[in-house]
Amino acid sequence: MKHKKAKKYGMVINLDKCTGCGSCMVACMAENNVPFRKDESDKLLSITWMRVYKLTNGKPFPNTDICYLPRPCMHCEGQHEGHSPCVTVCPAVATDYNIETGIVSQIYTRCFGCRYCMASCPYKARYFNWWDPVWPDGMEKYLSPNVSPRMRGVVEKCSFCFHRYQMAKEKAFMEGRRKLKEDEYQTACTQACPAGAITFGDLNNPNHAVYRMVKPDPKHHGRPTNPNAFRLLERLGTNPKVYYLSSREWVRRVGDNYLKNESIAKKTVHQG
Amino acid sequence: MFPFSFEWIWDMDHVVFMGGLWYALTILGIGMTYCIIKAAIDACRGNDEHHH
Amino acid sequence: MDSALIPRGVKRCSLWQFLLFISVVGAVLLWGVYAMLLCWIKGLNQTNMNDYYGFAIWIWADLAVIAVGGGAFFTGLLRYIFGKDELKSIINYAVLIGFICYSSALLILAYDIGQPLRGWFIFWHANVHSMLTEVAFCLSCYFGVLTIEFIPLILENRQIDRVPFFHHLSHNMHEIMAVFAATGVFLSFFHQGSLGGVAGVLFGRPFAFREGILIWPWTFFLFTWSAAACGPCFTILITKITETVTRKKLVKDSAIELLAKISGWMILTYIIAKTIDTWYWATVTAPSLGQTLMDFYSNNPLYGIWILFAEIVICGFVPAAILITKKGRKNSVALWIAVILAVVGVCINRWVMVLQVMAVPVMSFDYWAMYFPSWQEIATTILPVAYGIILVGLAHRYLPVFPDESELNPIETLPAEEEETVEPPVDLEQELKPAGA
Repeated sequence: MKHKKAKKYGMVINLDKCTGCGSCMVACMAENNVPFRKDESDKLLSITWMRVYKLTNGKPFPNTDICYLPRPCMHCEGQHEGHSPCVTVCPAVATDYNIETGIVSQIYTRCFGCRYCMASCPYKARYFNWWDPVWPDGMEKYLSPNVSPRMRGVVEKCSFCFHRYQMAKEKAFMEGRRKLKEDEYQTACTQACPAGAITFGDLNNPNHAVYRMVKPDPKHHGRPTNPNAFRLLERLGTNPKVYYLSSREWVRRVGDNYLKNESIAKKTVHQG
Repeated sequence: MFPFSFEWIWDMDHVVFMGGLWYALTILGIGMTYCIIKAAIDACRGNDEHHH
Repeated sequence: MDSALIPRGVKRCSLWQFLLFISVVGAVLLWGVYAMLLCWIKGLNQTNMNDYYGFAIWIWADLAVIAVGGGAFFTGLLRYIFGKDELKSIINYAVLIGFICYSSALLILAYDIGQPLRGWFIFWHANVHSMLTEVAFCLSCYFGVLTIEFIPLILENRQIDRVPFFHHLSHNMHEIMAVFAATGVFLSFFHQGSLGGVAGVLFGRPFAFREGILIWPWTFFLFTWSAAACGPCFTILITKITETVTRKKLVKDSAIELLAKISGWMILTYIIAKTIDTWYWATVTAPSLGQTLMDFYSNNPLYGIWILFAEIVICGFVPAAILITKKGRKNSVALWIAVILAVVGVCINRWVMVLQVMAVPVMSFDYWAMYFPSWQEIATTILPVAYGIILVGLAHRYLPVFPDESELNPIETLPAEEEETVEPPVDLEQELKPAGA
């Protein structure tokens, strides 16, 4: 396949490797200055750009099986580039689809907090700042200077550590290069995963690991051709850029909704 | 909202959407202006023929 | 004391009674204002919304008041464009109710957003592909139209009308009201529709998503249709409540019956379309996304299939059946039941398209999320109701809202009283107007 000029950054998460340790969540929060409160017991109010879900096959012992599923923002491409569920609905262009990288951004100073994007996202990857961030004493000094903290009343979400992309580009520019090497731009969660379950790279670049792992089918909006790979809610036509790998059939089936007697192979994309 | 704001693109979507908006606003604006000016003229002339 | 301001030939209660009434409702209003200030000053953490429930009771209230406020544009269409002169008796009130509904909707939007000071971004940085942008533009513009339609009524106040300029302005505005009304219909079509589009375009949410024509999902047309159908029922309902409270006939039967008849046929056609839409969605759209109808109506404490039955049959076909028959329209009890059911029906529809959309899990491993509003949300939702009651009270007292009132309630004027308005017998309840929202 010819290497397209525009990049399409994406992620492959191997669920067979994920131990559910939560390092990715911690790394993400530290990297992106994600605010937290003293009492985080109500998870519906917690901001978790990367959230690890615990899945179960629902069978009794001894056939019980569990699986942990890390869920960042899917950076959906939609049926045509930029037709992400959230980007199309934002009334003030506060969330944008970057054609060059495929990354869905959130412009905090533009967002006025209507939360329509949250309603549109089936992955619930978008979070609202119900409070202004309050950092424990002295913690301001540990905030990342590369990511702006968010004010009350705006929506935020995973940015695929876009600031790292910008810094990598700057570094390359200073060194007189135009292209980034695969390892130059990696997200915090990818690097933090002790099991090496997360892989990040350009889905348009056949040399990148993510491409080789899922073999996206360009004729079907990047649907994986690797039989062990799947995307969450494939049938909705959101075309996420986050892929999951699992050798277990029940895990792959949990990734989407199926009618009772429907086989997993029948993946008809509804739209388009 | 305006062609001079930086988000503006001269595509069909913007022309149709904003065209509809400005069309409606223009009708309302002209209508009200007409009413106000005519009322001022009528009031000055002391025209009081009508009752409703 | 304020008799010089009260329209000629009608009875109103004494000023102190009126002020007592205003202050009682005003107390509720202040409670709402306090809650609103809390939301503005402390932020949306004052609500019980969360990251699963980004849209909640306010958005429902917003959609509901806009739907029932649709009576204004549809009555305006019938009166000014189709020339249904019988509606002259009710058009002022329809406009007033619409004005209250739409100003309430805008107010709700003002405290619903997380950064109210940035509210103007929706206009300035408009994303023309977003249904919400269309809502904001058409809603604001149509509120302008309603204001224009309301102004002549204010200018007809006895004292204001004495100023020649205002007298002529009011007359001139009446003269070209058809132009304003037509613009209002145009704007209403799009904002009612785009409110339906808000839910219908959510292709990530199979419960809300609908196919459609070009960029418009079916919900776009269904929302416009249902607002035109049920809006007049709300106008009739509020008129009926006002008549009950004031113990006076305010609007001619011919106007009510005509509006009820048209509304009935609109509801019938709407509910047939809604049934077809629901059937297609349940048998084609949802299964193609791997979900069955009952996935949306089970495994949760509230949203059962009863809600669909209530919306379509009890609050759809039943009021339609009553209103399309002459017997039903003429029977006072049946008419009451029909308009109440129709209003409840459209409110259920809006509830479902906002709150149930949020509640239904999409990922197979996600769960139903339930939500109950905080007192701040309840108070701010009641706030527009209190505001509406006060505005109706003021308008009824000082403006000639009901042109046929004096004809329907002739006053036996004593020779000594001449111009002065006759005070009615003591009647504390007299001015207790219903909610405009």
